[in-house]
Amino acid sequence: MKKLFFVAFFISAAAFANAQNIVFTKTGKVSFYSRSKVEKVEADNNEVSSILNTQSGELVFAVLLKSFHFERALMEEHFNENYVESSKFPKATFKGKITNITSVNFIKDGAYPVTVEGELTMHGVTKTISSNGSVSVKAGKISAFSKFSIKLKDYNISIPSLVGDKISEDIDITVDCKYEPKS
Amino acid sequence: MKMLDDESKKEKKKDYTTATFKTSRLINGHSIENAAAGVLDLKISHRFGMVNKGAYEFFGLDQATMRLGLDYGISNRLMIGIGHSTYQKQYDAFGKFKIIRQSKSGSWPSPISVSAVSSVMLNTLKWEDPSRKNFYTSRLAFAHQLIIARKFSEGLSLQVMPSFVHYNIVAAVTIPNDIYAMGVGGRIKLSKRLSFNAEYYHVLSISLVPGEDYRLPGTKNSLAVGFDIETGGHVFQLHFTSSTGMTEKTFITETTGDFFKGDIHFGFNVSRVFTIKDKRKKK
Repeated sequence: MKKLFFVAFFISAAAFANAQNIVFTKTGKVSFYSRSKVEKVEADNNEVSSILNTQSGELVFAVLLKSFHFERALMEEHFNENYVESSKFPKATFKGKITNITSVNFIKDGAYPVTVEGELTMHGVTKTISSNGSVSVKAGKISAFSKFSIKLKDYNISIPSLVGDKISEDIDITVDCKYEPKS
Repeated sequence: MKMLDDESKKEKKKDYTTATFKTSRLINGHSIENAAAGVLDLKISHRFGMVNKGAYEFFGLDQATMRLGLDYGISNRLMIGIGHSTYQKQYDAFGKFKIIRQSKSGSWPSPISVSAVSSVMLNTLKWEDPSRKNFYTSRLAFAHQLIIARKFSEGLSLQVMPSFVHYNIVAAVTIPNDIYAMGVGGRIKLSKRLSFNAEYYHVLSISLVPGEDYRLPGTKNSLAVGFDIETGGHVFQLHFTSSTGMTEKTFITETTGDFFKGDIHFGFNVSRVFTIKDKRKKK
């Protein structure tokens, strides 16, 4: 598997002439929280893939919904079965851009505030979102962090009235990715 | 985005099929599901009397047998459980192990799931004849089942359950100690939180001992139909069944009711899960 990965790696590296501008991760972290009066629902996903083009600011994420892990097994089952319907829509994707990528100095250590705009696709629905975040550079390593919130009904995810007081309509999402150079 | 897709295709991850059924019981018997690791599942099951007993018995609701059970998931593959039934004052215990899990990708994709369940049942009614020498082991019966299941689609799951029941002691030489049965069952999902289930056990005419019958005298095959209703942490199962007992030996081999003659028991199972161990911390 590792070998295959390296082969793929070199092929894709060759295919992209400007590969040195591209950083990626396969172990990015996305978490979400739903805080209601009755119950706190949170889940982590540590297997998020993301690619960032440090020159153009283009940013993509692919999040496998089945890789979200919950405190309770039943929550996980219901999340996949009843809410995001992960067998029908296995992935959530984000395709967008850091609009002020030029303000990030990738050579100098520091945290740079950025604005991200793009399309989030989940549960078969695509919506344009924008969010504030930060890109930090430390000893050449690039990482990105962002916190934003989405509304479940924007993505056609309905909460039955029976559990209405346990699940919040607004979901807070945290993204934390540490990128590796592509070449 | 294309790059991400290409890479995720190369890195194939095992993708196990989940939620073939809503809970670890189909109706009377086991489904392919287990309680997840670290989850305690409290099961309260009732079977009322037969609906054809008329208004005098309030269509069976005047009588009730029940089973109280506790299941626990030791790992994602192994589950154990204990229970007590009012019927025959039975105690029962079982172990259930997932041998194969249905999966789409990975190095060993499998179209089916296979589990094995073994249970032991202890009848604690007073001895019929206390004057003779009675052995503790005479109270025991055992059941072994293989469950082979497939989730065909979101809406349809089916399973077959080859089963074997052994009685340590039976009342006469012509009555079999070993009984073989084949079960079939499945569910059709009517909505996200509601499904229609059916379960049937056919006692097979196999007798390896000459002179023995293949089934207990006066018994019929067990048939049950019902609905699963899921509400957050609970699963309610409402059903109609021809069986009175809720342990393997009782419904597979000791069913006396004939479903099509109206010997139908209304019944329900309530399952409530409690998370004992945080799933994420184990990893």
